[in-house]
Amino acid sequence: MSKSLSPKTPEILSARPRVNAGRKPTPFHARQVEKSETNDWTLWAGYSIPNSYTSVELEYFSIRNGATLYDISPMCKYRIKGPDAERFMNRFVPRDVRKIKPGRVAYAIWCNDDGHVLDDGTIFRFGPDDFRLCSQERQYAWLMDSALGFDVEILDETDDIAALQFQGPTTFAILEAMGLKGVETLKPFDLQHFSFAGTELMISRTGFTGDLGYELWIEPGKALELWDALMAAGADRTISPVGSLALDMTRIEAGFIQPAVDFLHAEHVVRHTRGRSPFELGLDWQVDFTKGHFTGRRALLKEKEANSSRYCFVGLEIEGNKPAHNALVYHKQKKEIGHITSAVWSPTMKNNLAMALLQRPFGVDITEDLWVEIYVDKELKWDRVMARAKIVDRPFFNPPRKRQTPPARF
Amino acid sequence: MNKSRYDAIIIGAGHNGLTAACFMAKAGLKVLVLEKNDYLGGAAVSLELHPGWTYSNCSYVCSLLRPEIVRDLNLPKYGLQVIPYSGGGVFMQNGDHLCNYNDHDAHRLELARHSKKDSEAYDRYSTDLMRQCRFIKPLLMRMAPDPTSFKPRDLGELAYLGKRFLDFSEAQMAETLRFWTMSVAEFLDEYFESDVIKAYYAGSGIIGTALGPMSPGTAYVLLHHYMGEVDGNIGAWGFARGGMGSISKAMAACFEDHGGEIRSGCGVDKVLVKNGRTVGVVLKNGDDYYANTVISNADVKHTFLDIVERDDLPEDFVRQVERFKIRGSSGKLNIALDGMPEFPQVPKDSPIFNGDMHFTDSIERMERGYDDWKNGTWSKDPYLDMLLPTRIDPTMAPPGKHYMTVFVQYAPYHLANNESWDGANRDAFAQTVFNQISEYSPNFKDMILHYECRTPLDIEREAGITEGNIFQGELTFDQLLFNRPVPGYAQYRSPIKGLYMCGSSTHPGGGVMGAPGANAAREVLRDLGARQTVRGY
Ligand SMILES: Cc1cc2nc3c(=O)[nH]c(=O)nc-3n(C[C@H](O)[C@H](O)[C@H](O)COP(=O)(O)OP(=O)(O)OC[C@H]3O[C@@H](n4cnc5c(N)ncnc54)[C@H](O)[C@@H]3O)c2cc1C
Repeated sequence: MSKSLSPKTPEILSARPRVNAGRKPTPFHARQVEKSETNDWTLWAGYSIPNSYTSVELEYFSIRNGATLYDISPMCKYRIKGPDAERFMNRFVPRDVRKIKPGRVAYAIWCNDDGHVLDDGTIFRFGPDDFRLCSQERQYAWLMDSALGFDVEILDETDDIAALQFQGPTTFAILEAMGLKGVETLKPFDLQHFSFAGTELMISRTGFTGDLGYELWIEPGKALELWDALMAAGADRTISPVGSLALDMTRIEAGFIQPAVDFLHAEHVVRHTRGRSPFELGLDWQVDFTKGHFTGRRALLKEKEANSSRYCFVGLEIEGNKPAHNALVYHKQKKEIGHITSAVWSPTMKNNLAMALLQRPFGVDITEDLWVEIYVDKELKWDRVMARAKIVDRPFFNPPRKRQTPPARF
Repeated sequence: MNKSRYDAIIIGAGHNGLTAACFMAKAGLKVLVLEKNDYLGGAAVSLELHPGWTYSNCSYVCSLLRPEIVRDLNLPKYGLQVIPYSGGGVFMQNGDHLCNYNDHDAHRLELARHSKKDSEAYDRYSTDLMRQCRFIKPLLMRMAPDPTSFKPRDLGELAYLGKRFLDFSEAQMAETLRFWTMSVAEFLDEYFESDVIKAYYAGSGIIGTALGPMSPGTAYVLLHHYMGEVDGNIGAWGFARGGMGSISKAMAACFEDHGGEIRSGCGVDKVLVKNGRTVGVVLKNGDDYYANTVISNADVKHTFLDIVERDDLPEDFVRQVERFKIRGSSGKLNIALDGMPEFPQVPKDSPIFNGDMHFTDSIERMERGYDDWKNGTWSKDPYLDMLLPTRIDPTMAPPGKHYMTVFVQYAPYHLANNESWDGANRDAFAQTVFNQISEYSPNFKDMILHYECRTPLDIEREAGITEGNIFQGELTFDQLLFNRPVPGYAQYRSPIKGLYMCGSSTHPGGGVMGAPGANAAREVLRDLGARQTVRGY
């Protein structure tokens, strides 16, 4: 068995360390504390970040109306380098990594040998032999195990990079005002390096709000400077930091799935039937059987050929205005056929949106007469509502400004 | 001569005997429990051996006790309170340590200090263990099916077992079969690379077992220690407030509340058998008591080799009982401390002190300790499971003082060269343990006010368990389920009509669990056609 690099630096061994708490502050913590009116924090992969700063509703509208800062430093970031980097990445994920050119970013999922999804994330390609994988859940152990026999170096960069998601219709204008020449050329999923405060600032035109927006990556020591520069440049363009709750609303509007919410890491489920294949999560487009072997290929090919997927994943529009959190889905109001994984009342679309996991053939061959059972709190009197639901395409929210290059200034 | 008649007599007031007694008394039967010691509880006992200090004399931590039993006997009403603890860890020879944190992220960061990869592998490790727990848990409170029988009930139970197995994916079935037979060292190698992390988790695989961490079969022993729970938290351990005797005390109170009768200081000498059926028992003092149903809480060897006449048993059965592995492998020290000992290599406020502490930082050291056992001596570098219950439980020592329990693996029952444990060897054994602790705690020895050292021989003398084997028989695959204790007699019945077994020698095995007692009561009540008080679960 190969040994991974462990932090066996002498200072750690001699310091008689006492891990005080699992919650680490991010490099932006100082500013977050200043901005937080609600003092409402949440845990993300071992870091504390704000759930909200002032009001979830106002923060939500800032994302769709102005420019917003959301701290994604807790995102797991792994650097994969070396002569076999491309081969390794191509075996790691079901999509064809060879098609991702240097300077580009791509959304990806990856599976175990059962063809069950472990996590989703983004692949940044810096050069022919140089990648970064960003994910919600920790993947270091899985990457290390997968790297057996490949000439690659895998480095956990999570703590070495501070990152902000900078999203909303005025974000481009603000970056431009900061004097970052060339941002206007960034197309969706492009990445580029800029110099900022004597260091390198990487900007990618990515994000999970489904809107115009960017992700900014910088060394932790310059994090506060970046924050301050953005806030200054955006002062006249409705800029504000936002917390996880507002971001989640936009995430659902954009139709993105989230691990531990819409599906579970397949290696962390006790009941093996809780693992989900890409076909069961509406991610067929991620699977490229023509590119050669990748982890999970045999199982997925078998599933595809036998048409044996058990579930399907759909977007729903639901009658009424009560979000269908954790609701069960019925056919003809009688037969239970699935459940809602994410739900939101969309203030922008003025629609009641949800994503649901349905048992096939429902959602595939049978798509009519679907109902959602919602429990509604009317001042502590609970009512049960059967609301009609309609399957619709995702993303629910898909404005032209998201793609326009160069982007509009508001 | 005492000619009292009972519906049932239970030999031994261990927690399993008491559990069986409670369920039978609840069914309205007239039940008598006879205990050889002057106190109750067997290996689940609290004793004041030094004024002001309560020792959990044998067992010391609680997790396995089935929640179904706690609830159905309403033990909290009779005074039982189980307080979970967390923390614990390993003091390492290089001056570092590994601490077990309750918070998942804190735990991950701590594991990552030793290996980043292991810190993530831990999630997969606990998921896989949890899967095995889910498989085995429902089998605990059921009779083990006899695969050679064609009785509808056995077939039904077998089908149930099969169905649970089929809940696994193919790969998981293969995993499960491997898991039940592999060594704990191999099992942990599949997840972890750090020696100290492996050593920390391997400990549960050897406790009470006359096998080394590299011996096949020890992975299951680890599971046996993981499948318990405190308030639904699988794998969690707790202290019974007031020591493990509080469990037996609560059971005894429940039993008496339902009209049961307990006599302590009453060692049973013989089971009386007439025409192949049990009629009662005779005590060592000559008293006799009569009942057509007798249930032995003592281990299977003591029961069938000592207190049942050999002529009353089929030869085949006796030979199988003789072959039953019940080798002593552990000792125990109970120590009264004048204060909190110092461990300078760990910060004072570390949660390590609130849980199970160890000094063995590699599996190899553990295995070397086992070599000593094979050579007929105690481990010179033993694996210790050391706790300070008084960090959590304020009832066991005066304020500011501490009670320390140290479980010691390995110590043989038979010393080489026929040497005796009594005298110099027992003292030397205790010194070995003290020396290991004081390597890490310079003021430890000065803090000792009183201690009590128990070798396997002492455990046998006190709890009556043959060779002092803490589980009343080893938990290896050949001695589990329908093979526990003896093939063909795994359903609590014996070759003698009316004579049953209810101790840890029976399915599902040792630990303060109560399941053998409850399962035995279910079978007895069935045979008697009495009201069934033990649920099928
Ligand atoms: C040192 C030690 C540490 C342990 N640590 C733990 C732990 O931390 N957690 C845990 O869950 N488990 C632990 N165990 C295991 C657990 O304590 C035992 O498996 C369990 O208590 C056995 O219960 P039992 O009722 O089956 O049998 P026992 O407790 O053995 O009860 C048998 C009873 O029968 C009596 N008896 C025997 N022969 C006769 C006779 N002829 N006449 C009358 N009475 C008789 C005995 O005196 C005894 O009271 C430990 C055991 C030991 C020895």
